[in-house]
Amino acid sequence: MTNENILEQAAALRGALKPNLHDELTAAVYARASDIAARAVHRPEGESEPESGFDQRLDRVLTSRVWGFPLMVLLLTAVLWLTIAGANVPSALLADFLQGTVYNALHGAAQAAGAPRWLEGFLIDGVYLATAWVVSVMLPPMAIFFPLFTLLEDFGYLPRVAFNLDRLFKKFGAHGKQSLTMMMGYGCNAAGVVSTRIIDSPRERLIAIITNNFSVCNGRFPTLILVGTIFIAAAAPPFLAGFIAALSVVAITILGVFFTLLVSAGLSRTVLKGEASNFSLELPPYRPPQIWQTLYRSVIERTLVVLRRAVLMAAPAGAVIWLVSNVYVGGESAAAQIIAFLNPFGVLIGLNGVILLAYLVAIPANEIVVPTILMLTLNLLAPGAAQNGVMIELEDAKIQELLTGVGGWTLLTGVNLMLFSLLHNPCSTTVLTIWQETRSLKWTAVAALLPVALGVAVCLLTATAARLAGWI
Amino acid sequence: MKAFTAETGKCGDCASGCAPKRLTKLGARVRKFDAVAALAGNPNTGKSTIFNALTGLRQHVGNWAGKTVARAEGAFETGGKKFKLIDLPGTYSLLSTSPDEEIARDFLLFGKPDVTVVVGDAMRLERSLHLVLQILEITTRVVFALNLMDEARRARIRIDARQLARDLNVPVVAMAARRGEGVSELLEAVSETARRDFSASARRISYADKELENAVETLAANLRANFGELPNARWIALRLLEGDENIIRAVRANSLGAEKSGSHLTQLALAEAR
Repeated sequence: MTNENILEQAAALRGALKPNLHDELTAAVYARASDIAARAVHRPEGESEPESGFDQRLDRVLTSRVWGFPLMVLLLTAVLWLTIAGANVPSALLADFLQGTVYNALHGAAQAAGAPRWLEGFLIDGVYLATAWVVSVMLPPMAIFFPLFTLLEDFGYLPRVAFNLDRLFKKFGAHGKQSLTMMMGYGCNAAGVVSTRIIDSPRERLIAIITNNFSVCNGRFPTLILVGTIFIAAAAPPFLAGFIAALSVVAITILGVFFTLLVSAGLSRTVLKGEASNFSLELPPYRPPQIWQTLYRSVIERTLVVLRRAVLMAAPAGAVIWLVSNVYVGGESAAAQIIAFLNPFGVLIGLNGVILLAYLVAIPANEIVVPTILMLTLNLLAPGAAQNGVMIELEDAKIQELLTGVGGWTLLTGVNLMLFSLLHNPCSTTVLTIWQETRSLKWTAVAALLPVALGVAVCLLTATAARLAGWI
Repeated sequence: MKAFTAETGKCGDCASGCAPKRLTKLGARVRKFDAVAALAGNPNTGKSTIFNALTGLRQHVGNWAGKTVARAEGAFETGGKKFKLIDLPGTYSLLSTSPDEEIARDFLLFGKPDVTVVVGDAMRLERSLHLVLQILEITTRVVFALNLMDEARRARIRIDARQLARDLNVPVVAMAARRGEGVSELLEAVSETARRDFSASARRISYADKELENAVETLAANLRANFGELPNARWIALRLLEGDENIIRAVRANSLGAEKSGSHLTQLALAEAR
């Protein structure tokens, strides 16, 4: 009998069988499993349900229709407030050390060694300074934020968030599992895009991929926290500053969820039309987090991994920034010309040329946006400042001084930078991942460009509103 | 089951001079290996924790279902054998066809791992058994790692692992992987299973419907005639009866039987699944 004969035989036999073959197979497996389990499991007297009462009671609160959302906002605010309040002092100390002591020592050593002026500038004011800024700006918030977030995750809170959001997603024509992939996106958008594989329907999977960028990722949280601290909180009374800063970041995060739903609804009603499929979302048992292991994992691994990526990107970016700021074409530095070209458009949408150039430089990694902005502002608008060691030890207050004084920033610039940080193209790693997952140039382009278009539109809107209201 | 301690690497009362069970974590160095082990299981049962404990890798562990979607690979060495370890996506069943279930199923079928460790949840034994029983239909080279025994203890649930092992006819290892409990016993069972020369011996599910049972047996007999001693002839027969496209293609391509001949197909299936 050939293989082909076997297939024919199978087809013939198939016709003679009951149509509900699949159900019957499943039933046979279930019956056998229940049989074996009954023989092996001995429960304590009088208890038949494995779920503990505590889990159910907690779930009733955390996933309640009334308390679910307020508790989510409260927890996120608490985590961010702890991050902002806790990161202040170590950030200042690190800045003092890396941009003060070490920076001066390096210049001293270079001069003693008689290094050429351009090499000294390239290495110390370019490569080193960008790296040092990334470390001092990002390390403290990350070292606090990641462990807190991981503890919540270990405890089992994230699936509850997904459960709360599930209803919303269905209402907006997306797959409920998208609430899970969105949660993954808060760690890293590239990971979030890969995680959309859990969604079976290609239509809903595409929606989840395109909207994943609206989850604020690890690389963007530090930017938001910093800008929230130095611009938004500065407008509030000092004792409320940390709280207001945290609230501003929470607001951006919620706005991200809003855009996720909005874009999902838009897509599922137009180009990706279809019914939302159903699935049952699993609520795992709450588990006591393993505090030390979590601390170790999130500090040593998550924090250092993100930091390493940032530093790897910052060093060449620093070199590029120094070069474009110091290579002169027709009497003006290349950077100044690019910024002058971008500036009118930047100002129109409530940003400026420096920010736009920074976002171009930061396409490989969102982590380096703030350091890039600072370097460009320093190198171009306050030339000589860096070389003279002025305003290098940038703590929060001095960063604000630099950006408002020298860069001409306003509250609107801060707000719009936060908005643009939420709504712009995904980093190059994520774009590459989207292409690998979809194998479609069209959808990759949509996923990359749609957020930028939204970002420009939203920033234009706030800038116009601010102008009309006479705030700027 | 006898336990070997990872600290001494010696087995005290074993006269036959068995190899020490010291674990060498090889991380991601998977280029050369003697055997392939697969890690399957329901979502959120601690597969990633066990994967990390064996390979020394630090795959992200989180308390929620569906966290590991891509296949992760690592390696470890025990009992003088280098194992490539493949962490399959967590699934509840192999009967429906979402992409992650297909990845797991195709790997078990075409990748022909030497050992498949099925990780189960002691708190939800019955549900874990659904998957174990389905995997046993595909391969009998299985070790059942019954994880989260610490949670079961806390809930005062007692599980008779010996009874389970008898009913399933495969080794059952009680574990609390987060605390490192049971890892050396798991290693012992894995290398034992990899070493053993198997013929199909696990208990099979038989079907009440006479016509179905007959159809399965007829097809399985013909499959065995064409492909040699298949450990999963009955399972493949069922899939053919269901009209499963992947399996029909594999039969047509003659790639079910001989050892490792299906490996290029595995690559194809996996590439497609990606």
